[in-house]
Amino acid sequence: MPTMNMLQAINNALDIAMAEDDKVLCFGEDVGIFGGVFRATSHLQEKYGRSRCFNTPLVEQGIIGFANGLAAQGSVPVAEIQFADYIFPAFDQIVNETAKFRYRSGDLFNVGGLTIRTPYGGGISGGLYHSQSPEAYFAHTPGLKVVVPRNPYQAKGLLLAAIRDPDPVIFFEPKRLYRASTGEVPEEDYQLPIGEAEVTREGSDVTVLGWGAQMEVIERAVELAEKEGISCEVIDLRSILPWDQDSVVESVLKTGRLVITHEAPLTGGFAGEVAATVQERCFLYLEAPIARVTGMDTPFPLTLEKEYLADHLKVFEAIKASVAF
Amino acid sequence: MTTTQEIHSPTFLTGDELTIPTFRLLKQDGTLYDGGEAPELSREQALKIYHSMVATRVLDERMMAAQRQGRLSFYMQCTGEEAAVIGATAALDDADMIMAQYREQGALVYRGFSYDEFMNQLFGNELDYGKGRQMPIHYGSRKLHYMTISSPLATQIPQAAGYAYGQKLAGDELCTLCFFGEGAASEGDFHAALNMAAVHEAPVIFFCRNNGYAISTPSIEQFAADGVAPRAYGYRMHVIRVDGNDILAVLAATREARRIAVEQNKPVLIEAMSYRLAAHSSSDDPSGYRSKKEEEAWREKDPILRMQHWLVGQGWWNDDEEKALQESLRREVLETMKRAEKRPPPPLDSLVSDVYADVTPALQRQLDQLKRHIRQYPESYPKGARSLDPDVKARDDASDAQAQEGE
Repeated sequence: MPTMNMLQAINNALDIAMAEDDKVLCFGEDVGIFGGVFRATSHLQEKYGRSRCFNTPLVEQGIIGFANGLAAQGSVPVAEIQFADYIFPAFDQIVNETAKFRYRSGDLFNVGGLTIRTPYGGGISGGLYHSQSPEAYFAHTPGLKVVVPRNPYQAKGLLLAAIRDPDPVIFFEPKRLYRASTGEVPEEDYQLPIGEAEVTREGSDVTVLGWGAQMEVIERAVELAEKEGISCEVIDLRSILPWDQDSVVESVLKTGRLVITHEAPLTGGFAGEVAATVQERCFLYLEAPIARVTGMDTPFPLTLEKEYLADHLKVFEAIKASVAF
Repeated sequence: MTTTQEIHSPTFLTGDELTIPTFRLLKQDGTLYDGGEAPELSREQALKIYHSMVATRVLDERMMAAQRQGRLSFYMQCTGEEAAVIGATAALDDADMIMAQYREQGALVYRGFSYDEFMNQLFGNELDYGKGRQMPIHYGSRKLHYMTISSPLATQIPQAAGYAYGQKLAGDELCTLCFFGEGAASEGDFHAALNMAAVHEAPVIFFCRNNGYAISTPSIEQFAADGVAPRAYGYRMHVIRVDGNDILAVLAATREARRIAVEQNKPVLIEAMSYRLAAHSSSDDPSGYRSKKEEEAWREKDPILRMQHWLVGQGWWNDDEEKALQESLRREVLETMKRAEKRPPPPLDSLVSDVYADVTPALQRQLDQLKRHIRQYPESYPKGARSLDPDVKARDDASDAQAQEGE
């Protein structure tokens, strides 16, 4: 099995999807001959032609509006927004149009073919506008699916699933791991399920939950905790919307404790939704308050990035505090 | 593609150097301007266009009255713009996609959307294709290639560019026509759409209904330039301005635009100059921002009368036919309205279907919880309880029958 980094895995997934179906199109800013600023679309224009892999003018609302139209027509657009920080000009097209297309038309029309790929997350000295994690804005939008992979194997399997999913999907790619994360990735076509969490480590004392790039942080924190004799169950949520309530609830019913961590700010972050739901469904089983380890309620800073981030030590402390409560 | 002609003094241009003329063929008395030539039009198609214009006017007048009587929550009229909308539609292939804003019900009438279909949407009953989810006038029809309307302005414009690009790749020699008002053209989506369509050579016709007002805002407060048409230069796009109350000019211009779009894969902008004779919507009173005198001046340019005069001149129409048409349409509107009003609402389960292709487990839980609640208080939620509780349904049907007898 070949070893790939996350970009190669994404490129490989796009290649498979485009080879399989003429209706699949890739476009966005600098996606064409250049292959994208991160090179996720390398060689796709050479291989499939300019009509199927192309640069767009620099206009995010146009990219997603155009993609909505293509998807309504029956094409399968995979639109790229260069950084998740720049998805907001397209917020109206995504929230009012993409998400509501099927519902408002009574299923006469839909944009289910649409996938929006966008690099997200901090830890790369990106400052305010190359670091954001906007998943919670979209989690509040019925009609969308929101997916975040944590490694190359997942990126390929989830992206192929997203492209073929009957609903529109926003696919957040942890850019910090684009080249840093490598692993074995099957060359053949495979899919991973959307809407299902994955238990990546079984344990009995506390459940630790995250997604995307934060899973690497969790792994480091859990290793420290295990050395102190704390048995951690680790869950990668993978899909933010719809999210796998049952798997999380099942784990917390067993461990009685939950630590949730994400890079995005605390207030209104998706951990709040998870915490409220788990509290409702596991009330009599909880042995400690649900802990949220997140970014601070500030814009994402440049110089003090390391201090700002919800790193492994902050997660480790939250695990210990939960167990000691 | 940038071209530069060198000059050696700072010379600024404002665009006033270029003015865009208005293409017109038909005078208000039904005769042609000198040198103008009517587009090829069979008697049959001419009468279909005229019938659609009158049917739209009658529908609008009756439904606005119904809204005033409290029978309908909301309404918007196409009045004064029937020629622009129906003329453009008549120039298309019936399989071309239409993406409209909201004031283009005439396009649906022309393509054969029945009064029953209009009414089902307006009353949001169980037969509404949109399952009663959207406000009145947000029509859609898959079989008639008319994309479901949404309220956010201009969002359909870049979508039309994308839809048309997909049509080009599919090689089916069809195009997309996108309607929008001059107010919507101020949205960022307008710029995004025209630029993308021009760069990627999408067979799309951008059809701007410049009717002078966006709710209360006159067009002089919407843009400083000579209307919307000059913007096409900035995108290197074919453009024409046309008298929107002139059915023959709209038809001829849109036919040519369609030929450019489909044969050359180039987008075209059409600016149809017209006037919104009615209020913006049932929630608006134009007397607060414009004069009766101004309205009267435009009433004299009525596009339907103009076409009627032309038809009479052709020997294709007479007063008796006009009277019979008006009477039969008025009768049909009332009959279909009564039918639609009495139809039950969509079933409760339709609240959660179509959010996704399949109902998610979380959404199913929310629906189940709602059903338990409604069963507890069926009297407080009669529309929802109707599909859950046989007693509520029976009582509803009885009161409908009673109302019918009382008429």
